Amino acid sequence: MMENYYQKEIETMPVEEIKKLQSEKLVKQVKHVYENVSYYRNLMDEKGVKPEDINGIEDLHKLPFLTKADLRDAYPYGLLAKPLEDCVRIHSTSGTTGRRVVAFYTQNDVDLWEDCCARAVVAAGGTNKDVCQVAYGYGLFTGGFGLNGGSHKVGCLTLPMSSGNTERQVQFMMDLKATILCCTPSYAAYIGESLKEQGYKPEDIPLKAGIFGAEPWTEEMRKGIESTLGIKAYDIYGLTETTGPGVAFECSEQTGMHINEDHFYAEIIDPDTGEVLPEGEKGELVFTSLDKEAFPLLRYRTRDICVLSRKKCSCGRTLIKMAKPMGRTDDMLIIRGVNVFPSQIETVLLKEGYEPNYQIVVDRKNNNDTFDVLVEMTHERFTDKVSEVLAMEKALANAMKIMLGINPTVHLVAPKTIARSEGKAVRVVDKRKLI
Amino acid sequence: MAIKQLTVFLPNQKGSVVSVTDILSKNGINLRALSIAETQDFGILRLIVNDIEAAEALLKDDYLIKTVDVVGVKINDEPGKLTSALDVLDKANINVEYLYAFMARTEKHAYVVLRVEDNEEAESLLVNAGFKLITLADICKL
Repeated sequence: MMENYYQKEIETMPVEEIKKLQSEKLVKQVKHVYENVSYYRNLMDEKGVKPEDINGIEDLHKLPFLTKADLRDAYPYGLLAKPLEDCVRIHSTSGTTGRRVVAFYTQNDVDLWEDCCARAVVAAGGTNKDVCQVAYGYGLFTGGFGLNGGSHKVGCLTLPMSSGNTERQVQFMMDLKATILCCTPSYAAYIGESLKEQGYKPEDIPLKAGIFGAEPWTEEMRKGIESTLGIKAYDIYGLTETTGPGVAFECSEQTGMHINEDHFYAEIIDPDTGEVLPEGEKGELVFTSLDKEAFPLLRYRTRDICVLSRKKCSCGRTLIKMAKPMGRTDDMLIIRGVNVFPSQIETVLLKEGYEPNYQIVVDRKNNNDTFDVLVEMTHERFTDKVSEVLAMEKALANAMKIMLGINPTVHLVAPKTIARSEGKAVRVVDKRKLI
Repeated sequence: MAIKQLTVFLPNQKGSVVSVTDILSKNGINLRALSIAETQDFGILRLIVNDIEAAEALLKDDYLIKTVDVVGVKINDEPGKLTSALDVLDKANINVEYLYAFMARTEKHAYVVLRVEDNEEAESLLVNAGFKLITLADICKL
């Protein structure tokens, strides 16, 4: 099969040329950030680094890191590098009160983001003859708009379904002969099950490819989705802080995701020392936005643990590849594609008058995440009536849903029954077997 | 008039009831009646014991307990008697949250423990309808 590219010159550019391009962009970007973002200028000044010290990508390590905490401190405008009148769009991370990150986009930013997504669509075999069903949520979440833009750029007939309403997803898919499906892998699995229940065999389904991301998934899950839907399933990676989906995308080789490194420079660092690690070593993934205008993060620590590789790829792309992230450096959980911090559960419990004794149990059943929260019953609240205890569980689940955006199942348990190791409660039990 | 019921919150797992009854029996506390309500996650153990203060003291450090007032009523051990007692409350629109019954060893009577919102109201209704209430002292004599 002939390999197609959306921007062949970039995607197959010799490594030395890519490095040159990255260096040129970085020098300009550091000046832009230093002049326009006082928050980052202060970080650079503290470290004694001036824009003149950055003469190429080899000087990147001199720059200070940005972390999620910086993004919170700088909320909402502190890292904005363009006047608001030059911005055309805002997106936000999956709504987590007090931890929300808002990212700003100029028209150029939207364009380069959509180019990145278009590269992913083409790498998945997309052309202007395809019907692309986008079943990621549209809204503040970057998934829907990102893939929508990429699909447009490729010239696919785009079905902006957004997420949910599976019955309608299936009907449109079958009636309008969608050939590419973009959504979270768990939703793809769910749609696949619905089609199967309705008696559709893989050969009846018009889809040929899927672009799935925004949550962790396994090879086993990929095989399951591929066989149920009769498609090839492609992984896609991104985060709102850098732009959204399309920071990296998978090609037909399916051995890692090509990073769009003409826009996003990737480093792997030792999460403890901050030292840059050589290619092939496992560490924390750090991204530097090389040419975004409105929200250009330099050396942003993603907290994803990952490995980079420059091995020659059979697809012909020379863009560096990242492995599927193997975990997180902190305690954040991704459940059903939503970021969940244990501290948020704690906040809800204190607010609702419970002791902050809890345990989160995450598992995966039928390719969907289960999300259970065990909470210790208190003396004040204990009642002899089962109906009242069940109502308390429901009220707590509702309060958590409001905070997190996803619905947990709350189980009230007897005091001191939550497992503790060395006197410290085990807050998170993640039973999902990934990779 | 009401009887004190000791309520214990338990995890729904093997051995949790016996751990409670074991402590009580080892300390000479006699169980007069017992009922368990359970869900997938937890159980609520309800006990009528001969010495509530002693039982509370034994359990309060290790268990989540609560003492509540319940209504005890004596009924004849014959078909339809429980129904007629419940009818009295139902007609007065009193909701019975839960109940459990037990047989007397010697008399031809059964005893019913009722959990309602307003004990006094339920008690006077039952007395007016000719039912005899029981006290903890009655139970202990059994």
